[in-house]
This record gives sequence, C-alpha cells and structure tokens, in this order.
Amino acid sequence: MNVAFFFEVLIGGLLAGVMYSLVALGFVLIYKASGVFNFAQGAMVFFAALTFISLVERGLNFWLALVVTLAVMVVLGIAIEKVVLRPLVNQPPITLFMATIGLTFVLEGLSQLVWGSQPHGLELGIQDVPMEWLSQSTGINISQFDIFAAGVAGLLVAVLALFFQYTRIGRALRAVADDHQAALSVGIPLKHIWAIVWSVAGFVALVAGLMWGARNGVQYALTFIALKALPVLILGGFESVLGAIVGGLIIGASEKLAEVYIGPMVGGGIESWFAYVVALLFLLVRPQGLFGEKIIDRV
Amino acid sequence: MSLASFFMSAVLQQSTPVQPAPQAYLSVSNVEVIYDHVILVLKGVSLQVQEGRIVALLGANGAGKTTTLKAISNLLRAERGEVTKGWIEFRGERIERLTPNQLVRKGVVQVMEGRHCFQHLTVEENLLTGAYTRGNADLRADLEKVYRYFPRLKDRRKSQSGYTSGGEQQMTAIGRALMARPKMILLDEPSMGLAPQLVEEIFEIVKDLNTKEQVSFLLAEQNTHMALRYADYGYILENGRVVMDGEGKSLAQNEDVKEFYLGFSSGDRKSFRDVKSYRRRKRWL
Repeated sequence: MNVAFFFEVLIGGLLAGVMYSLVALGFVLIYKASGVFNFAQGAMVFFAALTFISLVERGLNFWLALVVTLAVMVVLGIAIEKVVLRPLVNQPPITLFMATIGLTFVLEGLSQLVWGSQPHGLELGIQDVPMEWLSQSTGINISQFDIFAAGVAGLLVAVLALFFQYTRIGRALRAVADDHQAALSVGIPLKHIWAIVWSVAGFVALVAGLMWGARNGVQYALTFIALKALPVLILGGFESVLGAIVGGLIIGASEKLAEVYIGPMVGGGIESWFAYVVALLFLLVRPQGLFGEKIIDRV
Repeated sequence: MSLASFFMSAVLQQSTPVQPAPQAYLSVSNVEVIYDHVILVLKGVSLQVQEGRIVALLGANGAGKTTTLKAISNLLRAERGEVTKGWIEFRGERIERLTPNQLVRKGVVQVMEGRHCFQHLTVEENLLTGAYTRGNADLRADLEKVYRYFPRLKDRRKSQSGYTSGGEQQMTAIGRALMARPKMILLDEPSMGLAPQLVEEIFEIVKDLNTKEQVSFLLAEQNTHMALRYADYGYILENGRVVMDGEGKSLAQNEDVKEFYLGFSSGDRKSFRDVKSYRRRKRWL
C-alpha cells in the first residue's frame, strides 16, 4: 500500500468532512436551543448562497454583499421565530419538524422566485488545486481550497465556542437548551433567544453556503447537503458542537477511505451511501452519539 | 375653651378617618385560572402579602398552590394556563398581563418546585443566568453576596449543577433568583425531597434573606409545620379556594389545621371540605 496515497485520501476525506461539519453545525445550534430538528437548514444554506451570489452578480462589492446577506439571514431568523415557531410553541416536536419541512420548500421557492433558478458559479479567489510545495516535497496532493475551508470552519467554531461559553447571551442560550421553564422563570425571554439562535444558524448557513457554493456551484442541489449532515449528526450527537466537528471528520474520512479501498471490491460507487452505513452501525452502539448530551440521572 | 372650638375639636375627632389597612405589596384578587380552556384550577383566590413579610400558602397536592404562584409570575402561559378572572397587583400596579421577563425586571421572581437548575451549566453559571435581566453590571459583588448566604455553593461553584445534591440544587435555585435582585420571591416547595435538617437550614436562610435583604416571600409548602414556624401569615388552599387564613402562630394553634395538616388527626374529618362552617366561606377575602 502506498503510504503517501493513503494519507492523501485520509486528509482529503478529513477536509471534506469539515465541509459536512459546517452544515451540521447549523442543525446543532437550533436543536440545542429549541429542541427543533430544523430540516430547513439545507434550504437556508442554499438561500444564503444564492442571495450572496446574486448580489455580487448585480455588482455589489464582495464584503458589502456579505454584510447584506448576513442582515437578510438575521431578518429571516427573526421572521421564522415570529411566523413559524411562536404560534407552535408547546406543540409536540413532530409538529415543529413538519413545520420546518414546510419551511424548506417555502425557502426554496422564495429564493428561486426572487433570484431565478439558473445555477451560478461562485468565486472566492481560492483555487481548488493541490498545493504545489506539498505535492513536490511529499507527493501528497491536498487542495488548498480544502485547507482554506477547514480554516474557516475552525475559526467559526472557535468564535461560537467563545460566544456560548463567555457571554451573557451565550449562557442564556445554553440555559434555554437545558430547561425552558427555568429559563423563563429567571426572566430570559424565550422569543428573543430563539430569534438569536435562528440568526446565528443563518450566519452558519451563510458560511456553509459560501464554501459549498464555491466548490459545487450555487444551485438547487445545494439543499440536499442537509442530507449529508444527517449521518454526521447521528455520529456526533445532535446537541454537541464538538460532535458536529468530530462526526464530520469521521464521516468524511471513512467515506473517502471506503471508496478507495473497499469500493473496488464491490464495484465502486459506495461513497454516497457509506456514511449512512457508518451512522447506522453507530446507532446500535451509542444512540446518543459520540458527544450527545449525557442524560444526568441522579439516583 | 370656647364653645366653638370645643365643637370643632369634637367634629375633628369624629371625622378622623379610620386608619386604612396598609397598602398590600402583592395582592391577588379573586383570581380564576383555567388550563387548556377547560380545566378550572383556581376558583377565585384572593390573598395579600405585605412588604417585608413571609406568607405561606398551604394545602394538599393539587390544591392550587403552584398554580397560584405561576399565575403571579405568569409562567402559566407556557403551560397553556390563563388567568380568566380577577386581577393581580404588585406595588399598586396591575401585573397579570406582564411577561415573566417584565416581572423579573419589576422584582418578582419565582423559584420553581423541583429546583429546575440548568443541569449542564456549572453552579456559578446557573447563578449568573439569574442576572440576565440586569445585564453585566456588578455581577461579582452579587455572586459574593449569594456565596455569603450559601457558603456551600462557593465550594461547588465549578461543578455541573446536575451532579450536585438536592439541597445544593435548592440553594442554587434560590441563589439564582437572588441574582435578579428581587423584591419578592415566589418560592415553591423548597422542602421537597430534602432531609429535615436541610429543610431547616433552607428555611433559616429564607428568614435571613427576609430580614437582611428585605425580600418578601410567598411560600407554597406542603410541610405545614415548618412553613408556619417561619411564616408571618398563612393561607390554606383547598380545591382552588382559600378556606382559611390567619397569622402563622394562630394557624398553628387552630384545631382544624392541626387535625388536617399537622398530623393530629383523630377521626373521619380529613379536610375543610368535611366541615360545614368553612363551606360557605366567602370567595372574596
């Protein structure tokens, strides 16, 4: 076995996994704070990317477009809280889940209504090509775009972690995730908190949308990356930011390695569903996921 | 003294108005609460808490103690409950339409039954969430104040609150409420699931907070004996109605209370329902 090639596949897989993590993060944020599995996260990624690229194509400066899109995502988050979540407060989780499925289609329809349905290319100024110095010195080909995406994801996670750990709002978000009632009783206004969470999830969707859009183009199929995030969530646990990262890495690496080393034995093409096999096996062993919240049970 | 002035003084004396009852700090008037649009839980409850007092709300399971507290703190809405009649005033201002957030800002904080600490947050983080409505000012000083009343929390401040003992969780919950700088704490079943010694410790601290921090308490308790030892005044609830009220000491001496709630029961009479004279007790206190 060629060691350099093995490492190339492994690292490529890990970095691809980071891209999954970016999407999974959005799910985790909302699930943690409101117990809602937001099926619409993929549509939000698409919506953010499409809004951004359409603004850029209409001649807006890159940074300005970024800020405007972010503002749009925040408004969207607040609107979702007002129109979808608040009327459904205290309903069973499945009702809220159905509502987010509805939201998915509304968002898809809305974004295509406003910006049209043709695919766009997205250029972030970083080429998806192997880094030359690395290939020359070690023979391992690693895309510099992947490295860039990993850096962005790392930064995003660090910022989120600091926000959750050390700010008043972050603390309130964690409190709400733990116990709605108690949070209400100390005067934490749930509707503000939910609006904030959805806005932050919108911000994460924007980052994910930029990364995925730059790689695959901004098109309707972007909404389906939500499905790619599912095995990551099962593996990492629905409530854990760290889990989303580690889960993404494991899924990314295992699916690339499986494609290269197991694929040929069964005729190839296993990359697209191997992640689900891993996730299912994992469910049998550890249903709450790697970093899923431990249910504290005092006896 | 002239005749005129004699008459004047007599008239003056006569017209001196009767001293009005001191304005109640918190006053609940004929409140009716309905859950889910159909389930009538409170059937016209009225009660008052004077400033700086500890008032106990006593009664059996399901009598409506918790509902009364939640009607005041407006945590009802989150449980599909609603105040359908009556009104609630705090310092002369109607409060039954305010959100829990606004109420906490006004100084009314509820400590819920069963502690409800944020399990995955540390004890100190739990306390800090209590100051949410106040922003970031003076947090350190207030934390130190809470630790003075509950030294045990200081030792455990870095522990996840889910792993602390029941007593420590009760202290965390009260401490968390203190961080909001409350004027009035609605304290629901602080004794629940705690060892008798610990219950006494908690009640001592409540008394302390009452005298030193001038926090008024409305205290729902099943532990009638303990509650009446510390309360200035008490109300007894049964089936969503107030059936009796009085000074803490006189309630503790009352034969019926002794029989129904303090374990001196002798015969068939188990609650005020079995006593005719209380049946007709007016709903408007």
